[in-house]
Amino acid sequence: MTDFGFVQNAAGRKVPTVVNGKPQPPFQGVGAFQPSGSKAAPPIRSCQDYPADGDKRLPDLRTALERCGLRDGMTLSSHHHLRNGDRVALEALQVAGELGVKDLIWFPSASFPCHEPVIDLMNQGVVHHIEGSMNGPLGRYTSQGEMRGLGVLRSHGGRWQAIQDGDVHIDIAVIAAPTADPFGNANGSHGPSACGSLGFALADSIYADHVIVVTDNLVPFPCIPWQIQGNNVDYVVEVDSIGDPSKIVSGTTQITKSPDRLLIAEYVARFVRDAGIMKDGFSFQAGAGGIALAFAQFLKEMMKDAGVKARFVRGGSTQYLVEMMEEGLTDYILDGQTFDLAAVESIATHPHHIPTSPFTSYNYHGKGNFASMVDAVVLGATEVDVNFNGNVNTHSDGVLLHGIGGWQNCLFSACTILAVPAVRDRIPVLVEEVTTITGPGELIDVVVTERGIAINPLRTDLLDAVEGSDLPIRPIQEIKEEVESIIGGKPEAPQLIDRPVAVIKWVDGTVLDTVWQIAD
Amino acid sequence: MAGHAGTGEAGRRGSDVRSDCWIAVEIAEGGGIQLELASKVKALYGRSIREGIRETLAALDIENVRIQVDDQGALPWMIQARLEAALRRTGIDVSGDARPEARANPRPEGTAKDRLRRSRLYLPGNEPKFAVNAGLHGPDGVILDLEDSVHPNEKDAARIMVRNALRCVDFGQSERMVRINQGEMGLEDLAAVVPEGPEMILIPKVETSAQVEQVQAGIDSIQKARELAQPIWLMPILESAQGVENALHIALASPFVAALTIRLEDYTADLGVVKTPEGTESLWARSRLVHAARAAGVQAIDSVYGDVADEEGLLSWGKGSRAMGCQGMGCIHPRQIRTIHEAFAPGAEELQKALRIVEAFREAEEKGLGVVSLGTKMIDRPVVLRARKLVEQARATGLISDSDAGQGDDGEEEVK
Repeated sequence: MTDFGFVQNAAGRKVPTVVNGKPQPPFQGVGAFQPSGSKAAPPIRSCQDYPADGDKRLPDLRTALERCGLRDGMTLSSHHHLRNGDRVALEALQVAGELGVKDLIWFPSASFPCHEPVIDLMNQGVVHHIEGSMNGPLGRYTSQGEMRGLGVLRSHGGRWQAIQDGDVHIDIAVIAAPTADPFGNANGSHGPSACGSLGFALADSIYADHVIVVTDNLVPFPCIPWQIQGNNVDYVVEVDSIGDPSKIVSGTTQITKSPDRLLIAEYVARFVRDAGIMKDGFSFQAGAGGIALAFAQFLKEMMKDAGVKARFVRGGSTQYLVEMMEEGLTDYILDGQTFDLAAVESIATHPHHIPTSPFTSYNYHGKGNFASMVDAVVLGATEVDVNFNGNVNTHSDGVLLHGIGGWQNCLFSACTILAVPAVRDRIPVLVEEVTTITGPGELIDVVVTERGIAINPLRTDLLDAVEGSDLPIRPIQEIKEEVESIIGGKPEAPQLIDRPVAVIKWVDGTVLDTVWQIAD
Repeated sequence: MAGHAGTGEAGRRGSDVRSDCWIAVEIAEGGGIQLELASKVKALYGRSIREGIRETLAALDIENVRIQVDDQGALPWMIQARLEAALRRTGIDVSGDARPEARANPRPEGTAKDRLRRSRLYLPGNEPKFAVNAGLHGPDGVILDLEDSVHPNEKDAARIMVRNALRCVDFGQSERMVRINQGEMGLEDLAAVVPEGPEMILIPKVETSAQVEQVQAGIDSIQKARELAQPIWLMPILESAQGVENALHIALASPFVAALTIRLEDYTADLGVVKTPEGTESLWARSRLVHAARAAGVQAIDSVYGDVADEEGLLSWGKGSRAMGCQGMGCIHPRQIRTIHEAFAPGAEELQKALRIVEAFREAEEKGLGVVSLGTKMIDRPVVLRARKLVEQARATGLISDSDAGQGDDGEEEVK
């Protein structure tokens, strides 16, 4: 890990020039890096090598992995549609271990607490390192410098970009599918383990050398709809269960009861209304976090009062967005992830509830994407600094605990709003300088806290739009200082070792920041 | 809570605890200060927590002590309160002043006796996390409660916590109230909080004027000893049939009584009736409260509405309460504040009329007329005064802008 140098990038961060043996361009500024060349492509296949009757079934995952030629050092991908209920990703890696394979690169679209046993596989040498989100225990393991390679964190759009541009070559993609046919057509909207959209697996199905579909709900051809096309699939494996349905989607999604969070959510909704963003034909995106859900509810009431209707809303979808559509407050839900039973039911049945993929929504190396067409997006963060830079990956003590998700991609919305408490217990969210930059401040327009709303001085249009309103608009520095006076001054700097453990990629594949090993 | 001689502990520990800490102390003969610190924010504030503890110990002249701290992100004044409580529980004489440096700015001039008191938010005195952001929700008052929300074994710790909160928390524009305990314990509460200048004291379970007089005497002696001049208003709480019967005497017991209120849970229990959402069973008591308060020239304030999830019920209760003559009610959750303010706000029509009356009065004054009339109706002076007050409050609460008041009929479109 010492065979690379460091460079200071355009965000002022010290980043490695080589990551896991591959040279990597440093971040050059928003919109500054110009890609060139052609997209990557999988090997050409022929129908003569696949069964004419379309039956690609194999008895088990082990056989399928063997037939795909699994060997040491390969990159194996998986997806997080099944969230914390997923059984397939871990099993694929464990089977690889049983086969005696070493040094795999695990390339998940995200990891969850259920994937904690991957730590054992890393200790055993089966998995070399992870390129994907490292949540909770995996993040801590990485932060402590236990992982052999450097972790690479990418946004959902950045993951598509990396696959498409050939930055990451997937040897074998294992796609857990709630419904599939023997040909490999698959969807996530039907079956006992229904999860909604399968968009995160789409790139893998198109670009991987080998694709395995694993399902617990095999239907005769044709599987309708086919979000994953069987023409890209090598093998189909039927199993008893791909996951725990109670952990795949929540029965109902609960809105926060915290008065402070409700206050933040209400400020966000009032801002969106009073800044003139809430008007006929507008669009917004809010995820399934407590504040975001409450925001959507407040905004819904305001839309009703004003007689305003949205053209589309972007999910993470929940029953609340579904209700908005059913009440005629939005024409469409363009859905990236489906969080609760009501939303899964809706995506399976409602013609205006449309599954999307990171290609349509987030990929920066495309001919545009949906994210920049959204009028307002409401996101969270672990830290925001006085220059509006945002951090979603590390905590103030330097520990890596979260992935990026679609967060970076969403920053391209016409109005990016971070809705965050100014302080969590004694941990300040508004800080002098973020521990890790996940998003450059120039793309973050508004920070809404329980202590006031800070608008990025670059957005004079937004400042003008809410001038004279009764919203508590305040300079970010002022809110930050108020918080510090409450919590007993500026926090101590985290104790870090000068050894990188992971890098944060920007949406264009450049290296935005480095996560450093923690001291103890 | 005091353990063996020379040992003491205070606070809460466990994974469900947030913004609080648990501290155990053991006074020793020698060995200096031995501190064992576990903290959720150790990486960020470990050094500062250690320094703060040493400062508090120095202020209390304690040199040899073993201390164990389990912190879940408590703010400095909370840690200080827990440490002081733990030390006092050892039984040793803790006579020094361990009060944290005051950073909140109490209003030096106090508040007006007839200030707007639509909403008062209850905050359990021994759970400091609720205090920090209470002012952000904009209640007219916050009540740091030492009475029913505090376990009998925790009264001493809560007293120190509330005292520190009064010194250190910025409650914004909210009036700072403390609900003390009954009797002797209430007097001990006063000794802790009066020096910090709360604007109002709530006295529980008041049945006779003597109870108010006792509290007033307690406040007077502390204020006199410390040369404090800021008025501290009183709000006696009626919780029984006897209290309701003596309402007028209670309201007149001290010139510092600014409001009378009632706690319906206890009152209905006393009567042996069920508290209903309609409140028919307490209609007389609340009417009596309004009359006694009016007769004594103080505010009549309603009870709390217990179902936090039922916004509509709260709104309708509040509107009914206002119609009866009450000027406010209690809140048990910050989300009730706005609904209560809505319930106690004048209706648009009512406000329009008040604006027209105020304008008619202004015109009459300009013309030197002794009689104010609106259209064909003559307006009595008390009606003008009431209209003025309504307009003033509407302006103070943002229902109308400054330019609206006194602009008469133009106000029609400007009322939000």
